[in-house]
Amino acid sequence: MIAAVHLSLGEVVAALALVAVAAAVSIWRRADLERDLGIAVVRSFVQLTAVGYVIQAIFDSDSLWLVAALLAVMVAFGSLTARGRARAVPGATWPIVIALSVAGLVTLGLVIALGIFPARARYLVPVGGMVIGNAMTAAAVALNRLADEISSGVLRIEATLALGATAREAARGAVTRSLRSGMITLIDSTKTTGVVFFPGTMVGMLLAGARPLDAVRLQLILLWSLLGSVALSSVIATSLGYRGFFTAAHQLRER
Amino acid sequence: MLRGVSLRLGDGATALLGPSGAGKSTLLRLLNRLADPDSGRILFRGEDIRALDPRELRRRACLVPQLPAPLPGSAADNVRFGPSLVGRDVSVERSLELAGLSRSYADRDASRLSVGEQQRVMLARALALEPEVLLLDEPTSALDEDAREGVERTLADLVARTGVSMVVVTHDRGQASRLASRIVELAGGRLADGPAGVAAP
Repeated sequence: MIAAVHLSLGEVVAALALVAVAAAVSIWRRADLERDLGIAVVRSFVQLTAVGYVIQAIFDSDSLWLVAALLAVMVAFGSLTARGRARAVPGATWPIVIALSVAGLVTLGLVIALGIFPARARYLVPVGGMVIGNAMTAAAVALNRLADEISSGVLRIEATLALGATAREAARGAVTRSLRSGMITLIDSTKTTGVVFFPGTMVGMLLAGARPLDAVRLQLILLWSLLGSVALSSVIATSLGYRGFFTAAHQLRER
Repeated sequence: MLRGVSLRLGDGATALLGPSGAGKSTLLRLLNRLADPDSGRILFRGEDIRALDPRELRRRACLVPQLPAPLPGSAADNVRFGPSLVGRDVSVERSLELAGLSRSYADRDASRLSVGEQQRVMLARALALEPEVLLLDEPTSALDEDAREGVERTLADLVARTGVSMVVVTHDRGQASRLASRIVELAGGRLADGPAGVAAP
């Protein structure tokens, strides 16, 4: 369904002209971002090229084992990143790993079971990458919010525990609000999609020469699938993550 | 925070008196296991409290925090919350009335009440659990003079009417002697007045 486009390195290099504009702005306004800009350009080139070769190799082999291995690596890196962003949550590593894994497995599983995409590397790798990436952001945002909710809600949480509530009952409001904040960004951007901005997949397909309606359909499939994966990731991360704030005796841990 | 405190709290009303930072509130939080001591034991009716289910302990020895922290919802929702966790029904009117609030408060949004009224809702929702002991952390510190006197009267009536025991944390010696038949003084995390007295069981 996609007309393949081939780009030469020359065209890629030409795009550096726009990076030069960014560098010029930085130098002109003394924003002191030239170094970061340079690092960003080099890293993006190296990382994407490397990933390109890896994906090419996986597509060529069309081995589901290799796909699974690549997705596992994505989950691992995604978990590390989310863990770094949710540093205020004690013991967040496992909740995040479980959240990303389940979100990835269930979403890809459903997409295949419903016959939306065939179980081939060409589909599983890019969709899996998007799913895990969005799940990672959602888990990090939700857990960050959870830490804020709990530290600002200490009085109410302890007062609730003092009435004989379990940690889960005392944290319920905080967990719900965190879940919402993990999901709301994607829901909002899904509402405005196509009006305020063109989502990446659609842009990519249009550039690659696809018919606009095909581009739109694929984009809808992905957006709607991502809503599911973001919900799963947020709900798992928060409903496991709150435990880190409490002891087994239903006490708020001292920080 | 607390060191070398050995103490026997009897039935009736006991005041924990001391300046801020003396460890009064910390001691209160240890009594219902909102926190645990690094070492030492706390017995409740002869049983190590670590052997009890902390939730059951908190229902039997119920803490009313220093600052009101109402749950979302009406005063009645707040009163029903604790008993609902164990599937118990409760007379909202009676709990409110014991805490010095008329039944007209039942349907009012707890978060919109005055601090003094919220403090009474906190008391009412603790009483709804029918605790054996009330742990009161500076019950009048957020209140003005008139409201303070009212709450003190309510607390004194409570002991007389329900036979509930009380441990009242306060920095006010006058309040301690008005509310409690026994005063335990704390300073710098230690008992200030002599040996651990033994009160009536």
